[in-house]
Amino acid sequence: MHKSIIWINLLIWYREAIFEKRYLNNYLNGENNMKKLLSIFAVAAFAFSANAGTLDDVKNRGFLKCGVTTGLAGFAAPDDSGEWAGLDADMCRAVAVAVFGDRSKVEFITTTGKSRFPTLASGEVDMLARNTTWTISRDVNLGFEFVGVNFYDGQGFMVPSALGVSSATELDGATVCIQTGTTTELNLADFFRLNGISYEALPIETNDEGKENLFAGRCDVYTTDASGLSSTRAAASNPNKWKVLPEIISKEPLGPLVRHGDHQWGDVVRWSLNAMIIAEELGVTSENVDAQMSSNVPEVLRLLGVEGNYGEMLELSNDWAYQIIKQIGNYSESYEANVGPDTPLEIARGLNALWTQGGILYAPPFR
Amino acid sequence: MRSNIGFFSDEKFRSIFFQTLVVGLFALGLFFVISTTSYNLEKRNIATGWSFLNNPAGFDISFSPFLEFKSTDTHLKVYFVGVLNTLLVSVTGCIAATLLGFILGIVRLSSNWLLSRLVYIYVEFSRNVPLLLQIILWYSILIQLPRVKQSLQILDVFYISNRGLYSPRPIFESGFSYVLIAIVLALISSFLINRWAKKRQDTTGQQFPIFSSSIGLIFVIPLILFFILGSPMSFEHPEMKGFNFKGGLVIRPEFIAMFLALSIYTAAFISEIVRAGIMSVSKGQREASAAIGLKQTWIMRLIIIPQALRVIVPPLTSQYLNLTKNSSLGIAVGYADLVHGFGGISLNQTGQAIECMAIVMATYLSISLTISFFMNIYNRSIQFKEK
Repeated sequence: MHKSIIWINLLIWYREAIFEKRYLNNYLNGENNMKKLLSIFAVAAFAFSANAGTLDDVKNRGFLKCGVTTGLAGFAAPDDSGEWAGLDADMCRAVAVAVFGDRSKVEFITTTGKSRFPTLASGEVDMLARNTTWTISRDVNLGFEFVGVNFYDGQGFMVPSALGVSSATELDGATVCIQTGTTTELNLADFFRLNGISYEALPIETNDEGKENLFAGRCDVYTTDASGLSSTRAAASNPNKWKVLPEIISKEPLGPLVRHGDHQWGDVVRWSLNAMIIAEELGVTSENVDAQMSSNVPEVLRLLGVEGNYGEMLELSNDWAYQIIKQIGNYSESYEANVGPDTPLEIARGLNALWTQGGILYAPPFR
Repeated sequence: MRSNIGFFSDEKFRSIFFQTLVVGLFALGLFFVISTTSYNLEKRNIATGWSFLNNPAGFDISFSPFLEFKSTDTHLKVYFVGVLNTLLVSVTGCIAATLLGFILGIVRLSSNWLLSRLVYIYVEFSRNVPLLLQIILWYSILIQLPRVKQSLQILDVFYISNRGLYSPRPIFESGFSYVLIAIVLALISSFLINRWAKKRQDTTGQQFPIFSSSIGLIFVIPLILFFILGSPMSFEHPEMKGFNFKGGLVIRPEFIAMFLALSIYTAAFISEIVRAGIMSVSKGQREASAAIGLKQTWIMRLIIIPQALRVIVPPLTSQYLNLTKNSSLGIAVGYADLVHGFGGISLNQTGQAIECMAIVMATYLSISLTISFFMNIYNRSIQFKEK
């Protein structure tokens, strides 16, 4: 007899001593039990596959799970008091406010460039607000849905000022620190190929690793989105020792994304972002939002839930947008507080200004 | 057998029943895992298949000592580069760990109190600290080396910086192949001499200086030939150009960190295995060999080690397997091994997680089974042959 069979038999003999023999025979051979077993498996399979209705899941859970970076100052990083702060963190909080009316109902889950997509696909997070570039392959092939753009970025290079380099085309033979699994990695290869110059890639996993290797001189150049470079430079002990080169070699529209196929949830995240942009357009801020409740501009009244039932359409409370503006602020407020010229990152609005002010930030009308 | 016993009490029936049940449950489980996965992949619109292997990778891998890699090469080539890098660090690591482990295992048994205590401390430290931390420790030390522009220079030809160790690269010119042929012939003939000398010693008791004759054949003759042919080899020296050294041979800190951490960690285990093996040989063997007047070194080499090997080799095999699998931690310091390149970057750029992981797992499985296969052959060859 095989060993494996011996212990199973032992188990059975033990049970025979407890149960009546005939009952056991029926139990193990019975047709009904096979059906029961199959149905258990079927339920298990269903449970694994059930992922529709993220909004209901979030509501039942009582808080939002939001995937963010492992720490990128200005976008998502714990502040002095340990609270997550930044443009992306605000995006997460805005969605939490829309659903629960409470900016603290978020669990921030850190993801690396590599782990972010599996984390979202597996349902471990409800959404990603993680400096993620909207590309066709991610939108289509990976099964995600980008719901908008909360920061228009482009890839740049940062070098030590002492290196005496003024343009990225002078970087022939340099060692470049690059985060793996990113679009920047592909852009980098394209850029050097296009310019017929060589480089040596030093693959890194997180922004912190990039910082460490660049500061130690293991690599000459660090390349990532220009905003990320500003953030890294701001974190250096002496920012003037570092220089961001003028070339911007790619389009990097960064935005929040959700799993493809759950349109209701996609709408909630999309309109949470749009509400912040529209609020800026309409001049509604966290300061004046209460006064604006009695505004005479129809769109302001619709946005704040005084008129219409847009909240109900989204299966949210009618004052969802009011709460976002009240608790988080409009897009401009979030931008200025986290990445704007008055912050260590010193990023001018540029492309991220409203379409009416020379930028390309544009939200569909609220009606 | 009593006639009123239900057929479930029949041992044969029950045995067949449970075996069928176990196999059935396993098959059912497998079926549900596969069907659920494919259902979910389809539902999330994730494309599956193997065609991505032939798509261009789009990214660069700089650490590829055996194959040249460009961003226009395919993901399949990323895979091969990864396999070669994994094998590189595993093979060199296994060799170094074995050498170090044997020496330390023997030293641990030495009667010199200080030496054996030092080895004891080393063993307890390195096998009780997680390997990942050791890898990161070595890497953090290595990147604190001087920057490339302030490289340490040794003997005017070696340069050490936090970009790695640069050394001259030998360039073989025509005529060098004769030297190689001479070395191969010397290896074969010293093997034959070794066999002949052993046979002669067995029959006549006369000894032959095998060691010095082999050294002469393998080193001296090819060296003389090398100079007769007019030294058909030159060196390409590394030169500082722009941002980096150009030319020469370079060993990257990522590789050094992996190599050091893996071999030092595994050597600690191997030294304990060696110690156990030596201690398993009964004291009487040593005393008997001493009684017939064998030298200490001979007792070790001829009596103790051959018997100890029977105990050493099986656990040694599993240490080799561990080292190979542990090399997948290279991802922590950006060592471009199989998991980092194909199982990481390719996976992430294509999104084909299941396919990539299946390939990576199958590869580790094949490497491990190959190591086991050869170690089992070796193990059989050193067992007692009872006649």
